This record gives sequence, structure tokens and C-alpha cells, in this order.
Amino acid sequence: MRIKSILIAALCCIATAAFATPNIQHWQSASGAKVLFVEDHDIPMLDVSVSIPAGSSFDAADKSGVAGLTHHLLDLGAEGLSEDDIARGMADIGAQFGGSFDPDRASMSLRTLSSATERDKALDIMARVLQRPLFPEAILAREKARVIAALKEAETKPESIADKAFQKAVFSAHPYALPASGEVASVEKITVPDLSGFYRAHYRAGGAVVAIMGDVSRAQAEAIAQQLTEKLPTADAPAALPAVAMQIPASEQRIAHPASQSHILIGAPGMARNDPDYFPLYVGNHILGGGGFVSRLMNEVREKRGLAYSVYSYFMPLKQPGAFQIGLQTKKERADEALQLVRNTLAEFIAKGPTEKELLAAKQNIIGGFPLRIDSNRKILDYLSIIGFYDLPLTYLDDFTRRVEQVNVAQIRDAFARHINPQAMATVIVGAPPASADKNGAAK
Amino acid sequence: MKACLFCIALLLGGAHAAAQAEVFERTLANGLKVIVKEDHRAPVVVQQIWYKAGSMDERTGVTGIAHVLEHLMFKGTKTVPAGEFSKRIAAAGGRENAFTSYDYTAYFQQLHKSKLPLAMQLEADRMRNLNLTAADFAKEIKVVMEERRLRTDDEAHALLQEKMMAAIYQQHPYQHPVIGWMSDLELLTVGDAKAWYGRWYAPNNATLVIAGDVKADEVFALAQRHYGAIPKHALVPQRVFIEPAQAGIKRMVVKAPAELPLLVMSYHAPTLHSPEQDWKPYALEILAGVLDGNESARLNKHLVREQQVASGVGAGYDATSRGPSLFTLEATPSENKAVNDVETALRQEIAQLVNEGVSEEELKRVKAQVMAGEIYKRDSVFYQAMQIGQMESIGLTHRAIPVMLEKLQAVTAEQVRQVAKEFLQDDNLTIAVLDPQPLSGKPKAPQGVSYAH
Repeated sequence: MRIKSILIAALCCIATAAFATPNIQHWQSASGAKVLFVEDHDIPMLDVSVSIPAGSSFDAADKSGVAGLTHHLLDLGAEGLSEDDIARGMADIGAQFGGSFDPDRASMSLRTLSSATERDKALDIMARVLQRPLFPEAILAREKARVIAALKEAETKPESIADKAFQKAVFSAHPYALPASGEVASVEKITVPDLSGFYRAHYRAGGAVVAIMGDVSRAQAEAIAQQLTEKLPTADAPAALPAVAMQIPASEQRIAHPASQSHILIGAPGMARNDPDYFPLYVGNHILGGGGFVSRLMNEVREKRGLAYSVYSYFMPLKQPGAFQIGLQTKKERADEALQLVRNTLAEFIAKGPTEKELLAAKQNIIGGFPLRIDSNRKILDYLSIIGFYDLPLTYLDDFTRRVEQVNVAQIRDAFARHINPQAMATVIVGAPPASADKNGAAK
Repeated sequence: MKACLFCIALLLGGAHAAAQAEVFERTLANGLKVIVKEDHRAPVVVQQIWYKAGSMDERTGVTGIAHVLEHLMFKGTKTVPAGEFSKRIAAAGGRENAFTSYDYTAYFQQLHKSKLPLAMQLEADRMRNLNLTAADFAKEIKVVMEERRLRTDDEAHALLQEKMMAAIYQQHPYQHPVIGWMSDLELLTVGDAKAWYGRWYAPNNATLVIAGDVKADEVFALAQRHYGAIPKHALVPQRVFIEPAQAGIKRMVVKAPAELPLLVMSYHAPTLHSPEQDWKPYALEILAGVLDGNESARLNKHLVREQQVASGVGAGYDATSRGPSLFTLEATPSENKAVNDVETALRQEIAQLVNEGVSEEELKRVKAQVMAGEIYKRDSVFYQAMQIGQMESIGLTHRAIPVMLEKLQAVTAEQVRQVAKEFLQDDNLTIAVLDPQPLSGKPKAPQGVSYAH
């Protein structure tokens, strides 16, 4: 009885949920860059990020790694600033300089105190790093050696071996299959002109998205956005990515590895960021394997049978459809049992969809937890960047809970049936059980 | 996921002090200490309950039981069936997890502020009424073994760390891994879990930290309502171990599948006991900052960028723990360099510190980062609660946090030189080397042969 009344109370909460969302200001800078800004003076600090469509999917296959190294070398030497000037300059004022890199995006981010001295110095360095990078020859040689060392190390790790084989099986010749840091052989060939050429072609103001969050005024934010992008190269927009082939052949690779566990990945091309089925797929996946301790996969694999510590599924929404991926690790002797269990769980979910009760629980979690998604400047900055980069509506956060609430069981079943074919998925097992390991697939 | 030893080390690694202006505390009659940090920026709240019991309180033969119990806390109680805890928190829009360290075990939920009573009701219930069954234990111990395989047995660096801790500590229980030795996990029983729960899970052995958009008085009343009726019980005194002095350098090699070698140098170092009186732990914190606190810090600048003897470096020290601490340096040699080369380079850095000290400019830079970190910290309510809970659980109080900030700012260049000289000595040192093994078990291909699968 007590349980029931809790459910009812939560239901009412869903219907009336209305959480204050940040007021997003939006404009185009004179440079051509797109700007999203939230003004907030609670903490005397400022977060800024600049995102550029210059991720690993813009690499040529034989020069895989150019995009990553271009991004990596930005803050290792700029006009009038040695790498040490840049590092020391940021450290002296307690500023944090960072970045992120994925198949679509190359981003640079800054967190600084908002007092004028610190803020101006940090932004001055960031502006030069973004707009006047030098790509020094000696530093490229040093960093190539470090990247190659890291790639060789990754080639011994079961999770990295599995991921590389999985991306290849899912995306085949599409650039989404290219590894973020390239390959040993391709990185060895990279030269300074490769980096400067890539920079001139891709780091265009017209493609840049500037996200600003924190303790500055609108006028200051306008000046900052212009300062960070006005000297970016002018070039024509690069050709759009080829389409991802959504239907892939069923495949299963078993790769030997001395680890005590098998690392298993199963998946296929999933959905793009602007897919009209985004919300049914997102909510459905929450039920299948995205919802932490209460998801179906977690329940079947971990809670009921103790087969794994971690098991999950997710969609990686990109410009083009990114991967839908299920992953787990289990001791070798039980790998085949776990694999069969995951396949059965997925097949049943796709055939029948979630139950009404599961859908209700998922909505309660996602909607009730919405305030946690925007409870810090850091999280809001990330949303600004995503909204700008993927052309999502400025009302994305305002609409979020309503869009989740509108999802029904039939939509989830329908969307999964159209996007995920359990008969045509890529499977990779690294550290496969001894009896079944494919001799030709030995890792090394 | 459940149990996250290394994350906590990371989270707290850069932890320094804080202005604790809006921290309120009250101790209930049953001994539960309740600490509230008000932060009204977003309509959310975090509840953390910290038990003063970690793997260092385990005895030989039952290593891992603190962490296994942490997993079992998500099973049922008399009134909340197995699996329901997580379901109810999820239905309330919450996120939850737990972590076990050498020093403590903690559980947390993050939710909309209106859901705090639910979180308190559930957390209080499992403090007293956990229903430990042999069936749940049998399933969960398998999950923990998979966690051990994933995070230690198949992870070369984690394996190195585990074996190194066992070599560093001769007597102190830090010699045992938090997750436990596999042969202990294989023999643990539900009876061991019951004994552990009975011994340590009591209001007078816990600290409740609530942070977020709440009013302290209302939180105290809620805490009284949900936790107030749980009886205190007599606690077994925690054994204090005095690690015997090391009497000479220790060297060890760990072979594991990998490509790159790694060299780790760990020196015994003191922890903070008296925040007002001590100065050496603060000087060691600043020293770690000078070596590896930022991109322009010495190890990265000298070893990676200038000499190019290493492809990666690190330095670390944590002043705040229940047991003894370590000052650790590590480096991965560049491709054409050997572990001896990075050891020589690290030793040169130490010699330079001892002979020439650090510059005022370096000192100022590290302090600027500490101060900025204090401001940035305000962006994470969760982190602020973590800092309070950790301090309370290791025998200091949250009031030490602003003191530590002041003391760090007062460290002098000469003090940094002195601690380098006193603690970075060979008699204090354990050196471990990861000797990378090829995956196939066959000898590595000679250099120059192309690398192919």
C-alpha cells in the first residue's frame, strides 16, 4: 500500500514538473561564429568553450590522426607565446585550460576567475592559441612520439582492442570508424604542413560555436566571442560527411587476449543527434541499459546472475548516426553464457518493447532528475555547446521534460524496430574463451 | 558504480581548503553527527552518509569485507525488498552510489530537494535493518570478483599499485587492497558480512552530510525524525597501527601484459594530525604542486618537454588520511629510454629541490591555483559535501578546512626545501617497475619490425 501511494505521488509530480531553466541568449558574432550565453553572477568565475567541426571524422583515412594532433598542438605554441608561456600564463592566474575531442567536434575550454586581471589574461592567451597556433616542428616530433607510445600501449588493452575492432565493424569505410588519435603508421607520416593545412581548412569562424557561462555581462560576452573568433581562418565549408550505411552485415570477431575477462561489445549504427526518434530511443535505451542499477541489462546480467560488474547500452548521437552499443566484461568461462543472455535480452526488448510500468519508472527518473542535469555552471556550459553545435532549438532544455513525458510504449517499440536489427549487429569479444577463440584473430 | 576507491583518491587529490561560512552541525542523542552545507543555487540536494570503517579495519583472512558489505547495502531490509532501494531512488529522479576506501565507506543520493525525506527514510532503514541472506551474498560476491578482475587483475598499473602497497607496508593494513585478495573473496561468507555490519554500522560511528538547497534547521528536524530512533551501540576501539620504520630502499618488479614500462617511487610521508600546529604536510602539498600541479610544473617541463626522457610523469601526496601517507613520483620512459633513465632524471629533480629549493614564483603559482580552486569548488555541491565527509571520517573536522587553506598560503620556499630533504630519502623509498610482457607470452619482436596484428 505504501508503495502504491508513493507511485501516485510521483505521477502527479511528473504531470506538474516545471523546473526553472537557464535563460539562454543567442547571437551571431561579427566573425560569423554562433554564440550561446547564460549570464550568472553567483560565483565570480567564467566558463567559455569554443567548438569547431574538426573532429576525427574529418581525417583522411591515410592521414588518420591529423585532426587530433592539430587540436592537441593548439596550446603548444602560438604567435608570441612558447608552450611554456602558455602553460605558465594560465597557471599563474589559476585558470584551467582544457579541451575535448570526438568524431565531430574539436573543443577548447577555459575556466577562469572573472576578476578583470585574470579574465583578460586568460582570454588573451586563449584567443592567440585558437587563432594563431604555430605547430612548431620540434614539438610535433615530440608529441608524435608520445601519441605513438600511447597507441601501442592501447593496442595491448582489451577494452581498446575491442573498441577499435567494434568501430571498424560498425562503420566500415565511413570516417566514424577512424580512431581519434590515428594509427601508428599514419601518425608517423604526419608533418607540420598537414596540421597547418587542416587548421586553415577546418578552424573556420563560420563553423565555430562559442558557449559562455558565468560572471560577465551581455556586452562583455559579445566582446569575448568576437575576440576568440575574429581572426579564425576564412575558408569554404568542407564537404558534408558521407552518409552512414545503416544496415550492416551480422559479424562476430573473437580475439584472443591473456586477460582473465572477456570484453564484449555488441552494436550497430544507431541515431543522429537530430533524429526525430531521439526521445523514444533515448527513453527506451534508459530502460534497456542506460538507467544504471535498475535497467533490464543490469538486472539480468548483474543482479540476477552476478555475471558482470558493469553492463550498459547507449546511443552516441552525432551529426550522422553514431553507434548503438552494448558492453560488458565477464570472466572467460562465462563469456558465451553472458553473450547469449545479452542477445536474448535485446531481442526480447526489440520484439516486445518495454512494459508500461518500466516506461513510467524511466520517466519518473529522467523527469524527476532533470534539475540535476543543470545544477552547475559546468553542466550548463556543456548544454550550450551541444545545443549550438547540433542546431538544437534554444528551447531544448525547456522542452526536455515534456518531450520525455510524451513518449509512449508503441513509439519506443516502433523506433527500436526501425533503428536496431538484432539479426544484423557487430559483435566483438576480446579475451574470448579459449575453446572458441578464432586463431586468425589473435591480437598480437 | 558501487565502490570506487580510485575515483575518490582523484576527487580528493586536489582538495584543499574552503570557506565554510554556511556549514551547520548538530549531533543527535544517538551520536549521529549531522552536518549541513546550504547552497541555494539549484533546487537539488545531496545526502551522504559516511561510516568510519574502511578496509584498514579488516583483519587478515577477511580482506574485502568492507567493500562487499557496501555492495550488500543495496539488497533488501525487513521492509524494503531486495532491489527496491535503487528503484525508489530512481523513481524519485535520484542518482545514487557508494564508495569504499582504506579509511571509510560512504553512500550517497543526489535528488530534487523535495525528495530528501525519502532518501533519509531509506538510508536510515538500511543503517539498522539490513537483511543479509546467503542467496544475495552468493550472487553479489561474484559481481565483486568480476570487479576485481576488471579493475585490478587485468589492469597492469592497478596490479603494480596493489603489489607495491603490499611491499611498502610491513604491518599497517594499507598493505591489503580495498577490494580484497581473491583468495579471501573466495572464502568470505554471509556471516562475515553480518559481523562487519553489526560492528560498524551504527549512528555513533557515522557522519551525515547534507548539502544543497535546504535549511539547516529543517534538515536537523528531518534527521532526528528518520535517524533519531536508531540506538547507538558500543563500538570496538579501532586498532592503531604504527608502521615500523623502513630501514633501507626496497625495489621490486611487476610483470604484466603491457607495452610501456612504468617506474613508481614512493616515500613514506606524514599525514595531517593537528591542522593548527603541523606544517610539514602543507609543505608536502605545495611540493607536489611545484612538481606536478599544472602544465608548467617541473616534472612535465623538465622530463617530458625539455629532456624528453619521459612520455608521461606524475607526483602526488595526500595529507589527509587515517593512516600514514606516501609521497609518490612516477614516470613512463620515452620510447628509446629505459626505466633507469627516468629514475636518474627523477633523482636529479629531487637533488635540485634539496640543493636549490623552489622559487618564489613557483610558490606563488601553486598558491594561486589553490585560491582559484576554492572559488571553482563552489560550482559542485557534491564535491563540497565530499570534502566535509572525508575530513570528519579521518579524525579531523570540517572546521579544519578553512584552517588548511590559510596554512597552505603560509608555506615558505624554505619549508618546501626542508620537507624534500627530510622525506625524499632512500631509506624511506620503495621503487616499483612495471616490466611489460607481450600478450602472446612470446618474446617481443625486435625493434624496427613493423607493428601489426
